Amino acid sequence: MATVTLENLKKSFGRTEVIHGVNIDIADGEFIVIVGPSGCGKSTLLRMVAGLETVTSGKVFIGGHLVNEREPMDRDIAMVFQNYALYPHMSVFDNMAYGLKIAGRSKAEIAERVAAAAHVLQIEPFLDRKPRELSGGQRQRVAMGRAIVRKPAVFLFDEPLSNLDAKLRVQMRLEIKQLQRELGVTSLYVTHDQVEAMTLADRMIVMNEGRADQIGAPLEVYANPQTVFVAGFIGSPPTNFLPALSVSRGSTEELLGIRPEHLRIVGPDKCELRARVVNAEALGAETLVHTRIHSGEYVTVRQEGSRPVPEEGEEVGLGWAKENEMLFFTNGARRY
Amino acid sequence: MVEKRGAALWLTHLGLIVGLFFIFFPIWLAFVASTISQPEIVRPPMPLLPGDRFLENYSKALVSGINAPVARMLFNSAVMALGIAFGKIAISLLSAFAIVYFRFPGRQLFFWLIFLTLMLPVEVRIVPTYEVAAQFGMLNSYSGLIFPLIASATATFLFRQFFLTVPDELAEAARVDGARPMRFFWDILLPMSRTNIAALFVILFIYGWNQYLWPLLITTDPSMNTIVMGIKQMFPSGDDTADWPVIMATSLLAMLPPILVVIGMQRLFIRGLVESEK
Ligand SMILES: Nc1ncnc2c1ncn2[C@@H]1O[C@H](COP(=O)(O)OP(=O)(O)OP(=O)(O)O)[C@@H](O)[C@H]1O
Ligand SMILES: [Mg+2]
Repeated sequence: MATVTLENLKKSFGRTEVIHGVNIDIADGEFIVIVGPSGCGKSTLLRMVAGLETVTSGKVFIGGHLVNEREPMDRDIAMVFQNYALYPHMSVFDNMAYGLKIAGRSKAEIAERVAAAAHVLQIEPFLDRKPRELSGGQRQRVAMGRAIVRKPAVFLFDEPLSNLDAKLRVQMRLEIKQLQRELGVTSLYVTHDQVEAMTLADRMIVMNEGRADQIGAPLEVYANPQTVFVAGFIGSPPTNFLPALSVSRGSTEELLGIRPEHLRIVGPDKCELRARVVNAEALGAETLVHTRIHSGEYVTVRQEGSRPVPEEGEEVGLGWAKENEMLFFTNGARRY
Repeated sequence: MVEKRGAALWLTHLGLIVGLFFIFFPIWLAFVASTISQPEIVRPPMPLLPGDRFLENYSKALVSGINAPVARMLFNSAVMALGIAFGKIAISLLSAFAIVYFRFPGRQLFFWLIFLTLMLPVEVRIVPTYEVAAQFGMLNSYSGLIFPLIASATATFLFRQFFLTVPDELAEAARVDGARPMRFFWDILLPMSRTNIAALFVILFIYGWNQYLWPLLITTDPSMNTIVMGIKQMFPSGDDTADWPVIMATSLLAMLPPILVVIGMQRLFIRGLVESEK
C-alpha cells in the first residue's frame, strides 16, 4: 500500500509530446480512474507509472520514493492488461505463481497465496487449465489473480474490461470495486467508458489530448466541469452547447452549456429558447428529445418517460433553472 | 474439400497407389539387393524378392564396411546432424531474440548482415571456409564438421518472424512479474516456440545428415567419414568390383535415421500444432 505522486509528468515519442505535464497526489488506498477518448494518452500515462515507458520529464513517486529509474518489478506494482497477457503455455496456477517464483518465494508460500487469490476470484476449478481453455471472463479473473497474489502496493489496470460483453463488464466492474475496497490497494484504472469511470472512481482524471483537464470526485466532475471538453465528455447524452448570445448571456466569445437532464420542455410562450423537435427517442424510463434551435445547434432534452412525448416537427419551448447554466470561454475554460 | 464418391474415389486411390509404387520401387530394389549375394546381383535378371543374406550383409556393413565400419559413419553423421541442428537452433533463437527484443546500435545492420548470408551457402564459400577450418586445426574433427555450417539466416529469420507475432504485452507482463530478459527467454519465449523448434529440428537434422561436399572436403581420415559421403567412397575405383549388397545395405541404413527423426518429431510436431496457442 502506498501513495503515488506524479509531478509534472511529460512524455514525448520522438518529437511529438503526447503527455503535457500531469500532476496528481494519490492517497493510500485511493481508486483513481483515468478516463478520456481514444489516443489521449491514458495508457501512456499508466505505463509511465508502471515503468514500461520511460519518463521524458517530471517525476513519479511511489510510496514516497522516486521511481523514475526503477524497473517495473522494483516498483511494487502489478498490472492487468487489456488483452490479459497471460502466458499461453502455463497453467493458470503457474501464471499466477510466476512472479512469486521469480521473487524466490517458497513452494508452500506460493501454493498458499495462489490458493487464497484463486478463492477470492472463484477460479479454483481452473487452476490446472491453460489460458486458452478459459472463457474471456475467466481469463480476466486470472489476470486479476496474477496481480493480487503479488500483494503489490499499487494496482494498474489498462482497460481490463473492454474485451468482455456488456453484462459481464457490469459484474466484473462491481467485483473489481469490491476487491479493491477489501484489499485497500491504491489503484490506477484506465478506461474510455465514462460509466466505469463514474462508478469505480474515488477520483477521476479526465484526460484530453495529453492534459489532465480535470481531477476530482466523479460527482464533483459531473456537477462542476472545468472545461468544455469535460462537460461534453462526462454525462450521457452529452452536454448541449449554445452560443451564449443566443440566450442573451455573456458575449460572442462564450458558450453556454446545459445538460440534457436539466432541460425541460415547456410551452413556447414562457420559455428561454424556442426549438423545433427533430425526433424523439422513447426509451421507456426516459425520453430523449432531439431538437434544433433557430441558430442551427442541436439540443437534446432528457425527460422522464412518463412525460408526454412531443411530435416531430412540433415547436416547443426549452426551460432550465439558472443554477444549471455553465458558461465557458471559447478556448474551453469555464467562466462560471 | 471436394467430396469424391464411387468411381472417382477408386480412381484417385488407384492414382495414388501407382504413384507410390513408382516412388517406392527403387527403394524396394535396394532392399532386395541388400539381402542377396554379389553374384546374384550381377547376374540378370535381378530378383524381385528378398534373399536370405539379410543378417550377413547388414552385419558386415555395420561392423567392417568397406573403408570404415558403417556403424562408425552413422555415429559421425549423427554427431554432425545433431550438432548442426541444435547449434543452428540455439544460435538463431538467440540472435532472433536479440534482434526483436533489444534496441542496440546497428540492430538493423546486423539483421541485414545475417540476412545477407542467405546468399552464401556452403558451396559458395567453401574454399575460404576450408582455409579457416584448416587454420584452426579443425580438419578431421567434429568441430570442423559442425561449426562452419552452424550459422543460419533462415532459422534466424523464421524465429524473428515468430517472435514478432508474440504480443508485446507478454514481454511487459513478464517484466512486471520481475523476469529479466534471459529469464523471459527461457521461461516464456522458448516454450512458446517449441512447435517451431520441432519443425526446424526435422529440417535441419536432415540438412545436416545429407551434407556431402563439406564432409568430403574436411575429413580425410576414414574413421571421420560421414555416412552420405561414405557411400560414395565405397564405390570402387579402377577395376575393383563393387560389393553391391553391402553398399545397398549401407544406403538403406543411411536412410533410416532421417526417417526415424521425421516420424518421431512428427508426433511432437502435430501435438504442438494441436496445442498451438492463440
Ligand atoms: N510507441 C509509440 N510511439 C509513438 N507514438 C505513440 C507510441 N505509443 C503511443 N503513441 C501515441 O501517443 C498517443 C497516446 O497513446 P495512448 O496509447 O496512451 O492512448 P490511449 O489514451 O491509451 O488510447 P486508447 O484508448 O485507444 O488505448 C497516441 O497519439 C499514440 O499515437
Ligand atoms: Mg490505451
